[in-house]
Amino acid sequence: MREKIICLVLSATLCGCALQAGKAAPAAAHAKTAPAAAGSVAGAEFYPSTYQIPASAPTLISNATVLTGTGTRLDNADVLIVAGRISAVGSHLSAPANATVVDGSGRWVTPGIIDIHSHLGVYPTPQVSANSDGNEATSPSTANVWSEHSVDPQDPGFRTALIGGVTTLQILPGSANLIGGRSVVLKNVPSVTYQGMKFPGAAQGLKMACGENPKRVYGTNKKVFPSTRMGNMAGYRAQWAEAAEYLRDQQEYQKKLAAGAKDAKPPKRDLRLDTLAAALKGEIIVHMHCYRADEMAAVLDMSKEFGYHVAAFHHAAEAYKISDLLAEQRVCAAMWADWWGFKMEAYDGIPENMAMVDAAPGGCAIIHSDSEEGIQRLNQEVAKAMTYGERAGFSIPPERAVLWMTANPAKSLGLADRIGTLEPGKMADVVVWNGTPFSVYALADLVLIDGAVRYDRAHPERTPASDFLLGQPAAAGVSP
Amino acid sequence: MNARLLIFLALGAPLAAAQAATVMIHDATVHTMGALGVVQHGDILIRDGRIAQVGATLPAPAQAEIIEAHGRPVTPGLFGGLGHLGIEEIGIEPTVDDYALKLGSMRPEFDVTSAYNPASIVLGVGRLGGVTFAQLAPSAESSGHGEGGSIIAGQGALVRLDGTVAPVRALFVETGGEANALSGGSRAAQFMLLQQAVTEVRSPKLLLANDVRLLTPAGRQTLLDYLGGSGPVVFDVERASDIRHVISFAQREHLHAVVRGAPEAWRVAAELAQAGVAVILDPLDDLPENFDSVGATLENAARLQKAGVKIVFSFGDPQPHNIRKLRQAAGIAVAHGLPWEAALAAMTRNPAELFGVSDRNGSIEAGHPADLVLWSGDPLEVTTLADAVFIQGVAQSMHSRQTELRDRYLNKLRANAAR
Repeated sequence: MREKIICLVLSATLCGCALQAGKAAPAAAHAKTAPAAAGSVAGAEFYPSTYQIPASAPTLISNATVLTGTGTRLDNADVLIVAGRISAVGSHLSAPANATVVDGSGRWVTPGIIDIHSHLGVYPTPQVSANSDGNEATSPSTANVWSEHSVDPQDPGFRTALIGGVTTLQILPGSANLIGGRSVVLKNVPSVTYQGMKFPGAAQGLKMACGENPKRVYGTNKKVFPSTRMGNMAGYRAQWAEAAEYLRDQQEYQKKLAAGAKDAKPPKRDLRLDTLAAALKGEIIVHMHCYRADEMAAVLDMSKEFGYHVAAFHHAAEAYKISDLLAEQRVCAAMWADWWGFKMEAYDGIPENMAMVDAAPGGCAIIHSDSEEGIQRLNQEVAKAMTYGERAGFSIPPERAVLWMTANPAKSLGLADRIGTLEPGKMADVVVWNGTPFSVYALADLVLIDGAVRYDRAHPERTPASDFLLGQPAAAGVSP
Repeated sequence: MNARLLIFLALGAPLAAAQAATVMIHDATVHTMGALGVVQHGDILIRDGRIAQVGATLPAPAQAEIIEAHGRPVTPGLFGGLGHLGIEEIGIEPTVDDYALKLGSMRPEFDVTSAYNPASIVLGVGRLGGVTFAQLAPSAESSGHGEGGSIIAGQGALVRLDGTVAPVRALFVETGGEANALSGGSRAAQFMLLQQAVTEVRSPKLLLANDVRLLTPAGRQTLLDYLGGSGPVVFDVERASDIRHVISFAQREHLHAVVRGAPEAWRVAAELAQAGVAVILDPLDDLPENFDSVGATLENAARLQKAGVKIVFSFGDPQPHNIRKLRQAAGIAVAHGLPWEAALAAMTRNPAELFGVSDRNGSIEAGHPADLVLWSGDPLEVTTLADAVFIQGVAQSMHSRQTELRDRYLNKLRANAAR
């Protein structure tokens, strides 16, 4: 617990921080730019995913309450999974001969939970200084660093998140810096290397941060730029201006090459500007940690100045004050259910935030954790936000609320075509719950990723614990 | 209980100037947490700020305001845990954070209670969540710049969320690896320093003019009171072996010791039960956050309770803003093996007993001040909210700064939608 203090409070500075990205719409200026395959983005092709979908028998989950992630609730319904994909959802589906049949009576089924704001692996437990790898807090812009190069796949928190139904998660750099670096999207599967968890084909994100944290880390603690919110804005703008010039130089070079100029000299490569230029092109998805409404509005103006799109504001404690603006500009808000007050910029946080963002026409509300504890029960966080929203007069049935932890985060990651709903053809990332997921007593009975059972509450020992916990006398007797 | 303890001192006017009226809560499922157990279709008569009567089918006095519960649960007001309620308005701002003394010397006489701010908006948010009492706990902090505190953090009072303060105190001590910076770099020095302080208190005549003294005269008096059993001494401790040191130190020095944090307490459950040492724990602690908590498990609460250890819930994080979430943590303990009634006791009756206020808090019994909550459903459930909250018989306002923010921007949202 004391550790949590370090991470949330102080660490809002030093630890993670909360950003997420949504890949929703490319910037208007670059609307023609198709999201590039991850492999083609400056250098990313050299760090490919090695994740392999294990072979699994077809699975039929029968007679369950199914929240499809498309806004629909089906009672007494079946979900058929074949070859790692959702094959069908409906009534009285027949199972192939070799199928595993899961009795869904009394159980609820949802898409796997997606957390777009996690620091698992980059701030792993145990939280020793030797493994504090989430903030490259040595310069306000470190767009050159990639969180994946810090991810420790042995973080015990991946397993506890899986037990909570989390199948996909975005690992972000922390929020010490104005521009913290690239994020990575992972499948929550056990692996010795991070490449073995890397979501195939998922775009990387770019973590940026508003407000108190960069000011405190640089201005207050180190007496260097930036020390104010206006300094923060000047800091981002200088970086984007430089990136725009870099992009122009690259485009000039490509033009010359295309015109057959054999003596054309490529611009000197800069890893920091590689990332920022890719963000300007819409190939890397921008996720921005920002609490206050006024700062979010300033950032949206800046995104127009430089022609990029903010996929999501993370934390967004005051998103409810500008829910219309966010919806209009197709920007998601990734929020907690009920956290507030742990620093000044979180003073106006209210538990109706999720519901009010969701209520604006076109609004995109996302639950996020930024916490190794919160990520274990995002379903309950959604339940609380739903409950506060209902008391405020909104109608938020479970089939709507489930979007906050499935379809909406998938959209913000640019993965809406692959995960987040139980539609035929989607990756079979599925959770079978012991009842409604929106309960304090809810437990995931089964967690499937690409059709393979990764957690079975009846056989928890089949999900390996972290190497760290092996041979630790104190861990003997901790539940399997 | 000592009669003196019945007096709550008002530090400031309660936010709502409401008078305690005569109220009858009718047809509730009353979890009394007292001798009556659960009263189905129960009635509660509140008069002059106290619970006048509890039972099935009570006659309603003519002038009583009737609240129809329609079977909804009523519980004692919930405990918000140990921490910085009213002494940390927001995080990371030194001008509103009063919870840590960093004079660099051991000052058990430091009592953080006088910093308690009844006008803190954090109290209003907690009240809306059904929290009616909490234990102030100063923190032992090392700033890393040489002006750290000591392993004895100081004292704090039990407070009500109407702003009143009970004249009981507890003393807080920090141990384990995370307190190494406060004890010269080794946890072994923590009990060396405590022993030195105790010796200084017990044998003042041995002190010579040029001895190195740890304590001021006031500090020696304070520590002497606790050595005489004046209140609980709460040790923040995590690792099983460190918990054993606390147990033996407490037995040797006749302290009323309590352990707090204690993710590995289940590993020494039998010893804790035998020594009668209660455990204040965070039900959500299940990761090896550091090397002192390798044995952390969601079953800590259930295993301790089964072994006969008295448990009390508190978040490990002393920041007060999320205390309304503690009942969720209690529900999660239930999902991991703790009986439901035991979970409710860990945030009602048990903390009241532990901190010496069970004659007025933690149970719904005739004669007690009326601190209770009417819930929309199962009080441990995440889809439940408090429908009404009484503190000392006064119906609390169900508005807070948060609801005012909500309503201002809800109106804006609706106006835009109507446009």
